[in-house]
Amino acid sequence: MMSEFASTQIIEVTYLIATALFILSLKWMSSPATARRGVWAGEIGMLLAVAGTLLHHGIVDYKWLAAALVLGSIIGVPLGKVAMTAVPQRTALSHAFGALCVTLVGTAEFYLRAPSVPPFMMAVLGMEVILGSLTFTGSLMAAGKLQEVLPQRPITYKGQNFVNLGVLAIAVIVAVILVLHPERVYLYPLIVILPLIFGVLMIIPIGGADMPTVISLLNSYAGLSAAAMGFVLDNKLLIIAGALDGASGFILSVNMSKAMNRSFSNVLFGAFGQEQAGAAVGAETRAVRSASAEEAASILGAANKVVIVPGYGMAVSQAQHKVRELYDALTKRGVDVRFGIHPVAGRMPGHMNVLLAEADIPYDKLMEMDDANGDFAQTDVALVIGANDVTNPAARTDANSPIFGMPILDVDKARTVMVIKRGMSAGFAGIDNPLYYSDKTLMLFGDAKSFVGSIVRELSGGAGH
Amino acid sequence: MKLDLLTSLYVFMLAGFIGFEVIRRVSPLLHTPLMSLTNALDAIAVVGAIILAGEHKTNFSTVLGTIAIVAATSNIVGGFLITDRMLKMFKVSGPKKS
Repeated sequence: MMSEFASTQIIEVTYLIATALFILSLKWMSSPATARRGVWAGEIGMLLAVAGTLLHHGIVDYKWLAAALVLGSIIGVPLGKVAMTAVPQRTALSHAFGALCVTLVGTAEFYLRAPSVPPFMMAVLGMEVILGSLTFTGSLMAAGKLQEVLPQRPITYKGQNFVNLGVLAIAVIVAVILVLHPERVYLYPLIVILPLIFGVLMIIPIGGADMPTVISLLNSYAGLSAAAMGFVLDNKLLIIAGALDGASGFILSVNMSKAMNRSFSNVLFGAFGQEQAGAAVGAETRAVRSASAEEAASILGAANKVVIVPGYGMAVSQAQHKVRELYDALTKRGVDVRFGIHPVAGRMPGHMNVLLAEADIPYDKLMEMDDANGDFAQTDVALVIGANDVTNPAARTDANSPIFGMPILDVDKARTVMVIKRGMSAGFAGIDNPLYYSDKTLMLFGDAKSFVGSIVRELSGGAGH
Repeated sequence: MKLDLLTSLYVFMLAGFIGFEVIRRVSPLLHTPLMSLTNALDAIAVVGAIILAGEHKTNFSTVLGTIAIVAATSNIVGGFLITDRMLKMFKVSGPKKS
């Protein structure tokens, strides 16, 4: 066995290298061309850090460590192989696991040091455990909603915000008391249990359309709790990794909130869908124009430029592979086909891009919202597949609309708009969409996957007309 | 102790700034793999759990540490796996060498 001094030196060096590799890893994520190199850098850094840590002089028993590492890997492999449509719930679940790890370590550290925990350490430990616990249950709830084992509709009641914030406030107050009086060890369970409850309460009023913001926010919390754990253990690598993750989650949450024209507090305390659900009733009797797959195919086939706007409905009906066939069929006829992606389309940031990439659609055909909006005026057909609120022109024109001010994809500027939709029911937020009643809009009623499939059949059957 | 704390705060602050600058440059195209990658990197918390469980100070701390290792390791393995799987799918159009 090497000396304590030597092992500490080796560990510090592996942590230093791992830190550099982690930062490079994120830097290389800036472009798809270098991103896989980023994953390798992250893996090597992680391997080094873990291997270094195993040399730690204080470790007396490797049996359990080995068993835990093997068991974790066994659980991790299937979690790494889920279907692409299940990525949002997988991500939420992994936030829960990360938060669980942090909370458990924090709890153990507290009881090892109690009753004499120095004030600063108790403060960061309190932060670690409160953030960890609420992220744990919050992420489990989010995963449950995304997997549809829990009801997806937001559930609200009077005084909800008061109750939620009250629970969290009590937890923070208890943590402050523990900072001042760490000998009151019996108070500790409260700073775990109350945030666990808060995590559940926090997600109850959240609807599916808010999931991209909420997942990003939970990502940020998971990172910050890990950084706090780094302070407790005086581990710089952990502080840095947590800060990077916290910054990443924060940037994504800000992006998502901006893309919905809502503030953080509005997402967390707003419970979008409820009040408008009533407002939409009565508007359903207006006339819409619908079209068959055959008509849609002939319009698409005659177009020069088509922009496809996918939404969560495409993910639900797993239509991305049929969309790829449509892309192929149209491209073969010389039609310029691109995709307009709204930042909050789907259930997590970048959700649509991953699904389309899975279907082998080249990523240079995927346009961000601003680029797509510059293109719609020259677009012959905008084909909306399973998206609703992100195309709603009321966001631009109707100051009374609950989504007024939200940046949208201006599909209504295209010469013809086609919307594939199951029926005339309002979208997730329960808001009526005037786009559907426009003269240039054709409604294509049906399941996204089978409808796109029929268009493809029509296109290949009637080739050359 | 006081100096250690200050150093840690400096480290946290600088890492935060680096994080903002680096992640601002990540294309929105890759936001989903970005999240699964940061999640895997975040699971570096496993090193804390390894020391906690390995030192075997009390049965309680060993049990919590061991569960924490399982949770974090599943994030490391699953996170890197799925990030790489997603990134493999992103292709450019047109002819290119495979």
